[in-house]
Amino acid sequence: MLTVSAIAERLGLNVVVKGDVSRTVSGCYVSDLLSDVMAHSKDDNLWITLQTHPNIVAVAVIKGIAAVILTNGRSPEAETVRKAEAEKVTIMISADGTFELAGRLYAMTKDLQP
Amino acid sequence: MTPRRIINSALGKGLHIIAIADHNSAENTEVAVRTAQELGITVLPAMELTSQEEVHVLAIFDSTENTASVQEIVYNKLQDGYNDERNIGYQLVVNEVDEILAFNNKLLIGATSLPLGELVQSIHDFGGLAIASHIDRGNFSVISQLGFIPPDAAFDALEISYNMEWRDAAVQFSNYAAIPWITSSDAHNLTDIGRRTTKFLINEPSFDEIARAFKGEREIHW
Repeated sequence: MLTVSAIAERLGLNVVVKGDVSRTVSGCYVSDLLSDVMAHSKDDNLWITLQTHPNIVAVAVIKGIAAVILTNGRSPEAETVRKAEAEKVTIMISADGTFELAGRLYAMTKDLQP
Repeated sequence: MTPRRIINSALGKGLHIIAIADHNSAENTEVAVRTAQELGITVLPAMELTSQEEVHVLAIFDSTENTASVQEIVYNKLQDGYNDERNIGYQLVVNEVDEILAFNNKLLIGATSLPLGELVQSIHDFGGLAIASHIDRGNFSVISQLGFIPPDAAFDALEISYNMEWRDAAVQFSNYAAIPWITSSDAHNLTDIGRRTTKFLINEPSFDEIARAFKGEREIHW
């Protein structure tokens, strides 16, 4: 059982918007097409993406995403931060590229999968 | 695909007004607009721009000067790199009689670093119309990239691709009925010109009349 805050700490993520970081993470979904995330992500997933547009907050809310992680050190747009604060959606930034971050996360979580 | 050939093909298909939109570039529009005046058709200078989110947006302008101003903004925000002519093809700049003046070696196929909202604002700042490209497509459309059309997106119109019929669009995009819809050929070669057209019931084939149609003051059919 990994929480958002435990993952943030172990991966050295920069938490730019702090929602409920005590949430338990069910798995991870990686995609930069928001239409695809809406179709395939699952409740309480972490979502790794390069997209920084305010729509990521809406998609995170609709899909019950536990936290959004932006890779390559990308910063969310100002409006994205405002919406995330209002909706209490956690947004974190990783300096890693998507491949490296997903790999580290997979190594952390694979032992926990049933 | 030179301006003269495009215009001749459009004339052959009986079109009255077309927009010529290269990806992230407008270096052929001045020649196109001049040639169109000579041959008796209206060409609107345009570009198909790529936002940071890789959303394609058609930008249509009233003048080549305004088009050039937005082109400059776009060139400054275009990702670094050079065009690979072997894989992407030549990016030509030509004159009125189809002679090659230059090869544009910028990475026009790439994205800009302009967020969608800023991109649309830049188009509007120079009096242009911002149309969300091929919203029914599974790539490079505002819906594929962003899941849905942001409520504050400020598009003047939405383009449905030639692949989709009106009746299907009416079902799939009923949420977006408040924004005018057009359809177009999205022709990337001469043969495809006119494979899809939109009818505007307007007083003359001009930018201003198209803009009025988008405001609901003229009828649009396809």
